Amino acid sequence: MNKQAELIKQISGVNPLKCMKCGKCSASCPSYNEMDIKPHQFVSYVINEDIEALTASKSLYKCLSCFACVERCPRGVKPGKLIDAARQVVIRQRGQEYLSPDEIPALLDEETPQQLLMSAFRKYRR
Amino acid sequence: MQKIGVFVCHCGSNIAATVDVKKVVEMALLEQGVVHAEDYPYMCSEAGQSRIAAAIAEKGLTGIVVCSCSPRMHEATFRKAAERAGLNPYMVEIANIREHCSWIHKDMAEATEKATILMRAAVAKVHLNAPLQAGESMVTKRALVIGGGIAGIQTAIDIADAGYKVDIVEKTPSIGGRMSQLDKTFPTLDCSACILTPKMVEAAAHENITIHTYSEVEKVSGFVGNFTVDIRKKARYVDIAKCTGCGVCQEKCPSKKIPNEFNRGLNNRSAIYTPFAQAIPNVPVIDTTACIKFKTGKCGVCEKVCQAGAINYKQQDEIITENYGAIVVATGFDTIKLDQYGEYAYGQSKDVITSLELERVMNAAGPTKGHLERLSDGKAPKEIVFIQCVGSRCSDDRGKPYCSKICCMYTAKHAMLIRDKYPDTNVTVFYIDVRTPGKNFDEFYRRAVEDYGVNYIKGQVGKVIPQPDGSLLVQGVDLLDQKQILKKADMVVLATAIEPNTDVRKIATMLTASIDTNNFLTEAHPKLRPVESPTAGVFLSGVCQGPKDIPETVAQAGAAAVKVIGLLAKDKLKTNPCTAQSDELLCNGCSQCANVCPYGAITYETKLINDHGIREDRRVAVVNSALCQGCGACTVTCPSGAMDLKGFSNRQILAEVDAICR
Repeated sequence: MNKQAELIKQISGVNPLKCMKCGKCSASCPSYNEMDIKPHQFVSYVINEDIEALTASKSLYKCLSCFACVERCPRGVKPGKLIDAARQVVIRQRGQEYLSPDEIPALLDEETPQQLLMSAFRKYRR
Repeated sequence: MQKIGVFVCHCGSNIAATVDVKKVVEMALLEQGVVHAEDYPYMCSEAGQSRIAAAIAEKGLTGIVVCSCSPRMHEATFRKAAERAGLNPYMVEIANIREHCSWIHKDMAEATEKATILMRAAVAKVHLNAPLQAGESMVTKRALVIGGGIAGIQTAIDIADAGYKVDIVEKTPSIGGRMSQLDKTFPTLDCSACILTPKMVEAAAHENITIHTYSEVEKVSGFVGNFTVDIRKKARYVDIAKCTGCGVCQEKCPSKKIPNEFNRGLNNRSAIYTPFAQAIPNVPVIDTTACIKFKTGKCGVCEKVCQAGAINYKQQDEIITENYGAIVVATGFDTIKLDQYGEYAYGQSKDVITSLELERVMNAAGPTKGHLERLSDGKAPKEIVFIQCVGSRCSDDRGKPYCSKICCMYTAKHAMLIRDKYPDTNVTVFYIDVRTPGKNFDEFYRRAVEDYGVNYIKGQVGKVIPQPDGSLLVQGVDLLDQKQILKKADMVVLATAIEPNTDVRKIATMLTASIDTNNFLTEAHPKLRPVESPTAGVFLSGVCQGPKDIPETVAQAGAAAVKVIGLLAKDKLKTNPCTAQSDELLCNGCSQCANVCPYGAITYETKLINDHGIREDRRVAVVNSALCQGCGACTVTCPSGAMDLKGFSNRQILAEVDAICR
């Protein structure tokens, strides 16, 4: 059992085996053309425990965190959550650059979903 | 003191691979009262049953315990075997050491211990069993079919042909159901109305069939063989006996802006209407929510133009009460609401429609007279996109977890018909899986691809974006080519999931018939009793039991009819002797048992009770054993312990618990 694959499942709360390969995530994704690993493939990378390739993928940083795939996935697999978990795995490997709680209030506004803020930090705070 | 025999079944390896059956036999012989114990590979076989009979005769057994599969499977088998050997069938107990033990455990030592405990509990119960005699009840030789679609019509015709009276209760103004809305049927492409209307006429003309349209079941009481049903015949405000069906009233009616349900709201109807031209009966009804006469008191045009004098604004709902021996539920389905699927722009654009709406668009009697045109501007669509599995196979809360089963085939049908009639129109189908099992079904789908050039794309549509020029931009994915697709379309058709008719919950409650989490009626056994409800005397026909197409519905309708005929052919039924009884000395007349009884089997009477010399009038519960189904709700509710279930008495159950805890 691959520890990192387990970690991604644990962080995301997603069971990738629920995927029925309908492709709705990739059909919804606004960044599809920018990605090397496509949203529907995130799922099989986790199932196949090919985490090294997943964490090296530029898709992690091309994902806009719009969560269209999370909203529309008919099976509750939510590839957007998987990729967000993959980002966290990358950050933990680096062991640095966590967001300080003091910084958060200044960053909040009514319009920005907090989840978006979180993933933006994971993406750009390198 | 009982003389008990214990029979332990191997069930091939189903039990014996996990439970040490020899050990269970050994342990059984240590139990008090057990004078015989043996094991056998297949106790339910002819040879196994003979061994039971032989032991009953040789050892003079007064009770037996069979350690085998679930009583749902073979309790009846072993009861019959015991009865043939001269034992009262209610002296048989089953210890379920398969479903409750061997199938769910891996460790042999533990499974053997559990099997031994289950055996011990059953032995403890048999010690307190008493012979019970089944009573008899009469059978009313008349059936009720709820729902007048193809399922209900076929069931009714089959029952009627066997010589029994059948009533069909249909809530809309005409029989015909969902099938009457379809244009063509797969895989033969014959016209739906052409094959349905002769059946409708046959049902209407049949001497054994009575049809109550525009009627609803209001109340059901009684039990298998003896149901009493109140049917509300809603006021049509048109006299069926006088109306000639000329249709002048509908032409002249000034209130014409009511969404036409039959055409899925795609055009309008008048306030006085028949749903479609071939309606049976061909007698209109007045929609009082839209009728000017009913709303303002002024109008009365229909009454003036009716030559037959059939209009009667004073008509009232009528409730009739009928008796039936059997009830068939054939309440059918509807498509799910698409409110939660904003991404498909249904409701935003008139050119995004469901497949059932497309049926009406393609139909000559539909809102476009059968011309394929966009509902927004009437233009002929040149590019049509079909989206499969809209709301089906969803484990989220937006849709349904099941496959709706009919969509792959009707989409292939629509695609093929469009390509055939309008060769200039391109058709694209986005699919997850193409599921076409069935006779000539896959060939049909392949014809759509190979002979008609329908473009099937493995992948889903993420969203449909209405464009300022009136077209629709479809964003989807082709998973096999690994590319996202942006496609301009003139029309988008959604293969919308089907769900049981919304009324089914109400009807199931009245019938005490069980339904599953998706509101489909549950079968008595998913494989071996697929057309019977677990509630005796209630049968299932059509989509109310699960998604199915027309051939399957007709087959199931016939199967339900056979079961009904089998019931009605009997003059008397054996009743279940395991009914509740009240101990008058303990009963305090609190009414709690009557409140929880789902069958209305408990009443109260005031009678003179001699309580250890104290003679006084007391209000006590009385159980009508003909109505009681033995569910046991009253026994657990009774605060004074007066209620007891024969065959499952409180003492027997406590003895089982004691044996388990020993």
